[in-house]
Amino acid sequence: MEKRRMVRALICFAGLLLPAGLLFCLSLTTGSSRIAPETVFGILTGRAPDAAASRIITDIRLPRTLSALILGGGLSVSGFLLQSFFRNPIAGPFVLGISSGAKLTVALLMITALQHGFVMRSGMMIAAAFAGALLSMLAVLLFSGRMRNMAQLVIVGVMIGYICNALTDLAVTFADDANIVNLHNWSKGSFSGTDWQDIRAMAILVSVSVIGAFLLSKPIGAYQLGEAYAENMGVNIRIFRLLLILLSSALSACVTAFAGPVSFVGIAVPHLMKGLFGTAKPLILIPAAFLGGGVFCMGCDLIARTLFAPQELSVSTVTAVFGAPVVIFIMLHRAGERNAS
Amino acid sequence: MSQTVLQTNVLAAGYSRKIVADGLTFSVSAGEICTLIGPNGAGKSTVLKTIAAQLPILSGNIALCGDDLSTLREKDVSKRLSVLLTQKITAERMTCGDVAETGRYPYTGTLGILSAEDKMIVREAMGLVGAEHLYDTDFRQISDGQRQCVMLARAIAQQPKIMLLDEPTSFLDIGHKLHILTLLRQLAKERRIAVVQSLHELDLAQKFSDTVICIHNGKAERIGTPEEIFAGDYISALYEIRDGAYDPRFGTAEPSAVPGKPEIFVIGGGGAGIPVYRKLHRTGIPFAAGVLHENDLEYPTAKALASVVISEKAFEPVGEDAIRQAAAVMQQCREVICCTEYFGAMNQSNRKLKEQAEALGLLQSFV
Repeated sequence: MEKRRMVRALICFAGLLLPAGLLFCLSLTTGSSRIAPETVFGILTGRAPDAAASRIITDIRLPRTLSALILGGGLSVSGFLLQSFFRNPIAGPFVLGISSGAKLTVALLMITALQHGFVMRSGMMIAAAFAGALLSMLAVLLFSGRMRNMAQLVIVGVMIGYICNALTDLAVTFADDANIVNLHNWSKGSFSGTDWQDIRAMAILVSVSVIGAFLLSKPIGAYQLGEAYAENMGVNIRIFRLLLILLSSALSACVTAFAGPVSFVGIAVPHLMKGLFGTAKPLILIPAAFLGGGVFCMGCDLIARTLFAPQELSVSTVTAVFGAPVVIFIMLHRAGERNAS
Repeated sequence: MSQTVLQTNVLAAGYSRKIVADGLTFSVSAGEICTLIGPNGAGKSTVLKTIAAQLPILSGNIALCGDDLSTLREKDVSKRLSVLLTQKITAERMTCGDVAETGRYPYTGTLGILSAEDKMIVREAMGLVGAEHLYDTDFRQISDGQRQCVMLARAIAQQPKIMLLDEPTSFLDIGHKLHILTLLRQLAKERRIAVVQSLHELDLAQKFSDTVICIHNGKAERIGTPEEIFAGDYISALYEIRDGAYDPRFGTAEPSAVPGKPEIFVIGGGGAGIPVYRKLHRTGIPFAAGVLHENDLEYPTAKALASVVISEKAFEPVGEDAIRQAAAVMQQCREVICCTEYFGAMNQSNRKLKEQAEALGLLQSFV
């Protein structure tokens, strides 16, 4: 059994790497101007025969693809952490209003930045998003302490999301016209418009957070049995909860800062991975969720920009179409289980 | 010889503002089974949680294997003490083996990867509870009884010095109840594990405990051996029973007798009367029973359910007094039921009673 599991995990990881590579290549070659794979390869390896193609790849497509991979992975891991933390299958940064909180603070920062004429740096965006994400998370936690029911928790999260969205709209109403366009694009969710500086920032933040989460695999696994059992196994619950909150907020904040709120990745991908790998062990699932989130977002981004090209869809539109049915499936599946027992 | 594993000293257990139980001083040795009993809400779980370091100690102290609990680190506690709680766990996509393996948590490294030795210990624990065949089965697909066995295997795999179990047998069928308690006794005797548990099944508490602690009115009202605790009417007082009584000799609870003057007289003996008593009680008819020897099998049941019981001392032939008394009560009844056809040397008088009833036209045939 133990061997079978290992084999299954290895096969699944290999099975994820394949579409990851494929989507990565496809994202680089497809677009308003098709660039042949061998040209792309030439550009990536430093032999650049075509200056225009080279600029498209290195300045636009490669950063965009990388950000879809990194942010998608981060978002999915964040979802997994939140689901473990709240022991709630549909917890995720978007459902719990954490993305919306980050969106609000980033929007406020954007508007004030543009009004006072200073340039936004990625660090500031992340800091603002992190503050917003933490605030929403704290609000959810404040309420979650009072209610044991998981449906109520989700409702609170959704309501916090609505409040943040309303406040964001309010801020947008009083912003200059020029700002709105900027803000509007960002708030729809998109992996476009990232430069190499952003990539570096998100790569550092996401990798540190994901590795941090991976190192917490053991207590997360214990926590899956419930708080009291985790405590009996020697987990320092207070420190563990704090770390989990910080990590999941950092991850969803980072994603929101760079790509805006992206829906459903955080819920859908961890569940798809649990099904695929047949386990919820964090040691396997954290890397799996990261890889799966990357694949999911690269795929969705590719669809978003090619389906109605040159018109571009927002990523959330595509992630929702693929992600929402997964949520419905989870609910049905759980209902079935409860009836069976 | 017997080594003290747990010692509490004027311990107060409770939640941040409210003390639930106070002044608890008791000790549990290796290999001893100590059972907390007491009414709902008395604080059995609170005491267990406090010993498990899941609730702060409000006052007093707890020593675990000689060390003050509050100075021990989480990891050290987890190697000495394992728990089995009432809350149901939602083990998503976990096999029973996975669940039992979590017991090895305190012994693994940073990433929690189990060594071959860890796995062997888990296998052995699963075998001990008779759940080895469930190793690869999804934890959510097994019965409550099997689940409790797996959780017990988890607690065993943790290799504790002391095991705390909160109502380990609640919600289980009688077969599983006996299985779990027998396993606990085996663990206590063979592995010298100290067991502290709370139980609601008094009959089982009586049979499977070395020490019984009665939590009532915010304190340990009595601490003693089962023989000391399950004596007299104490249990009825402990549980504040108003609608009947608990008979510690048989571990049975009987409801109060139907109030009123007896309408039916039952001649019983040797246990033949019990179904009749139950049926009459169920239908709500007050009745009298007699003449029964005090050592008759059905005497306790009659005593609990009948309004009047005419009895004779054990091992004595039924005397004139008893017969006269019985006849007097019988004549006031509208019916007489005789449950027995055999009258031995000691209860020839019951035959006379029967004949008298027949003469009065009161006797109903009973099959």
